[in-house]
Amino acid sequence: MTAHEIHALSGAYAVDALDDLERARFEDHLAACAECRAEVASLQDAAASFSSMTTAAPSADLRAKILADIKTVRPLPPVVARLDSRRPRRWANLVAAAAVLTVLGGGVTVWQQNHSTSQAPISAVDQIRTAADVTAVTQDLGKGAKATLYRSASLGKAALVTSHLPAAPNGKTYQLWLQNRAGHMVNAGLLDGSGNRAVVLQGDASDATAAGITVEPAGGSQTPSLPVVAVIEFEKAT
Amino acid sequence: MSHLQPVPSGTPVPDQAPVADLGALLRQSARGDQQAFAALYDATSARLHGLVLRVIRDPAQAEEVTQEVFLQVWRTAARFDEAKGSPLAWLMTLAHRRAVDRVRAAEAVSRQDTSYHQNNHVVDHDSTAEAAEKSMEARRVRAALAELTPVQREALELAYFGGYTHAEVAVMLDLPVGTAKTRIRDGLIRMRDAIGVGQ
Ligand SMILES: [Zn+2]
Repeated sequence: MTAHEIHALSGAYAVDALDDLERARFEDHLAACAECRAEVASLQDAAASFSSMTTAAPSADLRAKILADIKTVRPLPPVVARLDSRRPRRWANLVAAAAVLTVLGGGVTVWQQNHSTSQAPISAVDQIRTAADVTAVTQDLGKGAKATLYRSASLGKAALVTSHLPAAPNGKTYQLWLQNRAGHMVNAGLLDGSGNRAVVLQGDASDATAAGITVEPAGGSQTPSLPVVAVIEFEKAT
Repeated sequence: MSHLQPVPSGTPVPDQAPVADLGALLRQSARGDQQAFAALYDATSARLHGLVLRVIRDPAQAEEVTQEVFLQVWRTAARFDEAKGSPLAWLMTLAHRRAVDRVRAAEAVSRQDTSYHQNNHVVDHDSTAEAAEKSMEARRVRAALAELTPVQREALELAYFGGYTHAEVAVMLDLPVGTAKTRIRDGLIRMRDAIGVGQ
C-alpha cells in the first residue's frame, strides 16, 4: 500500500469501516502522520453527529447497574510517558516474539553481586562484552530506546547495555529478571537511572532461558509486574 | 460538537436542554467522582445507547455493550484529551468501535449465512430509534446528509450504522474495489464542512 493510499483510509477509519489488519496498519500510520490524526479527529467529530438522529434511552435498570458497577472499579491514571505504548501483552507472548540469543554451556559465577546491579563496576560489564565466547542480541524498546544483552558462557554472566532508556516513572524503578529452565523469573537486580546504562545481571546466567525488564515500585518486587518492558530470549539464536 | 458551536445568527436556538459540560464531567469522573459520572450518564446515555442499538439491533446485546462502554469510560476518563477532540466524539467513537466489534464477532461465528444482508441497502433512520431526537442538531445532520451524493450517503450509512467494512460496502453498492473508502471519506468531509464541526 502506497503512502497516498494509506492517507485515503482516514474516513473509513473514522467510522470503523476497516478490517482488523487495515485498522492496525492505519494506526501505525496515524502514530507518524499528524495530518491524518487531525483529519481523523475532525471526521470522528462529524461522525458522532449522526448519533443525534438515533437517540434511544436505555432501561432504568441499566443506569442502576452501571452506577453500581463503577463503585468497584478504579479509574485508570492518566497516561504518563511510557517505554512502549503498545497494548500490554502477556509475558509468554513477549517471550515468543522477543529476539533470541544463543544458549551457552555452563559457567562459573565470578562476581559477588550486591542487590542493585547498577552498582556493578563497568569493568565487569566490559569483561563480559569482551569475553572470547560472548554472544549479543539487541532489542528495540521503542521510541529510540534499545537494549543489548550480552552473555558469556565461560563467565556464566549476562550484562545489559541500554541506550536512550527513558527514566522509569516517578516512584518506580526498572528491575531485571532471569528466567530459569523451570520457567520462573528470578530477580536479577535493579536497573537505576535512564539513558545509556551498563549493568551486570545478578545471578548465574549460564542456565537462564531469557532475561526480562519490568517497571516495579521503588526497591523492586519479588515477582515481575505486567506488562513487561522487554523480554530477550537466550535460546535458539545464531 | 455541532451543538457546542456558536449558533449562526438568525438560526433558532436548539430546542433541547442546555448541554452539560461533558469535558468537566469527564475530568471529575477521572478523579473518581461518581456523581459527576452519573450526570455524564444522564447527559449522554440516550445518545450513546441509541447508536449502539442502531448498529447492533438486538436490544439485550445493545444494553450489554452500552454497559461495557460506560464502564470503559469510567475506567479511562483520564485518557480523554480535549485537545484531540470533543468529549461527545470521544464517547461516540468508543461506543461505535465496541458496537462494530460486537457485530463483527457475532458475524464471524455465523459466516455460513452468505445472503449478506443484500436487502438492507436502504437504511431507515428511525427503525430502532423511536425516541429519535427532533433536535436542531439532528435536523442539521439530516439536512447535511441530503446534500451528499446518493452513493456517498449510502456508503456512509452502511459503514456507520451498518457496521460494514469499506470492502463490504463496495460489494453491496456495486462499486469498484477501493472506491467505497473514498466515497466514505468524501461524504464525511462534506458532512463535517456542512455542519461545522471539528473547526
Ligand atoms: Zn497520513
